[in-house]
Amino acid sequence: MDKMPKWADVVLIPLISLILAAILSALVILGIGEDPVAAVNMMVSGALGSTYGWGYTLYYATNFMFTGLAVAVAFHARLFNIGGEGQAMLGGLGVALVCLYVPWPHWTIALLAACAASMLFGAIWAAIPAYLQARRGSHIVITTIMFNFIAAAFLNYMLVNVMRPVGSMDPATARFNESVHLPTLHELLAPIGINFSKAAPANVSLLVAVLACVVVWALIWRTRLGYEIRAYGHSETGALYAGISPYKITMIAMLISGALAGLMAINNVMGEAERLVLNSTEGAGFIGIAVALMGRSHPFGVFLAAILFGFLYQGGAELALWTNIPRELIVVIQALVILFTGALDNMVRMPLEKIFLALRKGNA
Amino acid sequence: MTLMKTLMGAATAVALTAGAALAEPALIFDLGGKFDKSFNEAAFNGAKRWADETGGSFREIELQSEAQREQALRRFAEAGANPVITMGFAMADPLSAVAADYPDTKFVAVDVTWLDAPNIRQIGFAEHEGSYLVGMLAAMASKSGTVGFVGGMDIPLIRHFGCGYAQGAKAVNPDVKIVANMTGTTPAAWNDPVKGSELTKAQISQGADVVYAAAGGTGVGVLQTAADEGILSIGVDSNQNHLHPGKVLTSMLKRVDVAVYDAMKAGENLETGVFNMGLAEEGVGYALDDNNAPLISDEMRAAVDKARQDIIDGNLKVVSYYENDSCPAVNF
Repeated sequence: MDKMPKWADVVLIPLISLILAAILSALVILGIGEDPVAAVNMMVSGALGSTYGWGYTLYYATNFMFTGLAVAVAFHARLFNIGGEGQAMLGGLGVALVCLYVPWPHWTIALLAACAASMLFGAIWAAIPAYLQARRGSHIVITTIMFNFIAAAFLNYMLVNVMRPVGSMDPATARFNESVHLPTLHELLAPIGINFSKAAPANVSLLVAVLACVVVWALIWRTRLGYEIRAYGHSETGALYAGISPYKITMIAMLISGALAGLMAINNVMGEAERLVLNSTEGAGFIGIAVALMGRSHPFGVFLAAILFGFLYQGGAELALWTNIPRELIVVIQALVILFTGALDNMVRMPLEKIFLALRKGNA
Repeated sequence: MTLMKTLMGAATAVALTAGAALAEPALIFDLGGKFDKSFNEAAFNGAKRWADETGGSFREIELQSEAQREQALRRFAEAGANPVITMGFAMADPLSAVAADYPDTKFVAVDVTWLDAPNIRQIGFAEHEGSYLVGMLAAMASKSGTVGFVGGMDIPLIRHFGCGYAQGAKAVNPDVKIVANMTGTTPAAWNDPVKGSELTKAQISQGADVVYAAAGGTGVGVLQTAADEGILSIGVDSNQNHLHPGKVLTSMLKRVDVAVYDAMKAGENLETGVFNMGLAEEGVGYALDDNNAPLISDEMRAAVDKARQDIIDGNLKVVSYYENDSCPAVNF
């Protein structure tokens, strides 16, 4: 832990990883005969150059904040929850049920109810793998990823056979009622004189996501439960010795994690689509893993990493719109960033640690 | 691709100054992708033909995600693209939300006929009529008296295809056995050639010796397996006869390319409203070329051409699955 100064761990490593990913992406773009500088320009101006671009960037970022926090909380208890995708799908089902079948008088009440429903559904979906891990020792990585498939199949069944309006070809629910429409950033900022783009889907859920970041921070570092979660994550035997129940911590950490992943549905289902479609999560559950890794499981890091990935998503969409870079290559660019910041973390970390160690020895 | 290449520089400038009026048409491909050898590719071919003939250029995007549907519509409309052409029924919902915000932009919706907006050209195809003709050919070419149907995603549209096919087959041979399978219930079913291949094998084991694939990219697997196993297949949307010359009996043409070509040709002066493209409008039909000429005898050709004329004249009515959500000739 103290091989490197804190700033190197938090800032330098992600930065170097990003630069490496950018260099490789530039080579890929060069390889297909396009201009990487123009492409980067287009991504930046498309994602950050207008309130419209920001609106989409923040919309994607909101999704990633929720799923990133979900993964981060589980990480602290050394549980690898890769079921965020399925938990978010079920969260979407909860939101759809609440929004479709209850006539809400005002969006604020509907939002509270939708939050509760999405968290409940997400938590239930995480509870089963958590129980299997805590009581039966079934590895959480295996069970959560399997539950993603079960969630997809279940949602498919619900949408195709139960919730699809008669005569509709789309496996999707009907549109939600106007009264549960969440205000977009345009509607929120207009009264204070800021003219935010009307077309962008970023909505009030962004504030909920930021609030969730603060709450998770307080939970992990300012409460007894958070201390127990971290203690368990650092050393199971140590925690056991201190009287912390592994069963309790596993269950609670996973329930919180699932609830946070499910909460994402207020953004993509209630805020953007205003109906439940089959593939509403669109991989955000998996991006959450990269976001949590890059953010070093700290809520503020998750916040920043989520915005970075939001930028990549929106910038990628702009590339697809205005250039003839094929969409597969845009996925490649996004994947390179995930690879370098998430999976290949140690590739940058180990040499850096050696350098810092050598420097320290030189000083000593 | 090359025609877009010259646009690369200009596109950068446009992205920076989005809103500049450029009356270029734009084409939005559905999630299946531009080169699905079927529905989306037909649209691309129509657009390419227009570009080659007029020297014009068009914008295009292959959608990656659901959130991009509305985004792409708005971005193209704001950049001044006109008309904005969309592929597939899944665009109906985003179109209904977006179209009213851009009254000066004309939108084209292929496979959508139920929206209520003054600036959308909605194009529906009489797939049951075209499928009826290939159904007749299938029953006439079949020696076993069993014909197969492999659908993509199980939605009313695909049942509509299958229903026309079954009626055509039964018109030729009332005792014909029709084996119908759907690949799946999700959009993934449009692009699952492996499953298509398995279903084809299963249908062969049930005696089918002609299989009709109405399944987008999944159909590639159906046609491949049929060719490998020595039976005949029928392609869909684009002319797929050339994929396995002499092994593909015919293709049910859905002239999406013509619809896209016409829309681009009309440009900003596009007529809006609901358009139905049937046999009379040559919106659907069956493919006859050098690749399948030896498979279609003069008799078969005469019978199908007579039926075609009867349908156009109104003497023969092919029941549409949409009429009461059921099919008189086959159960799905």
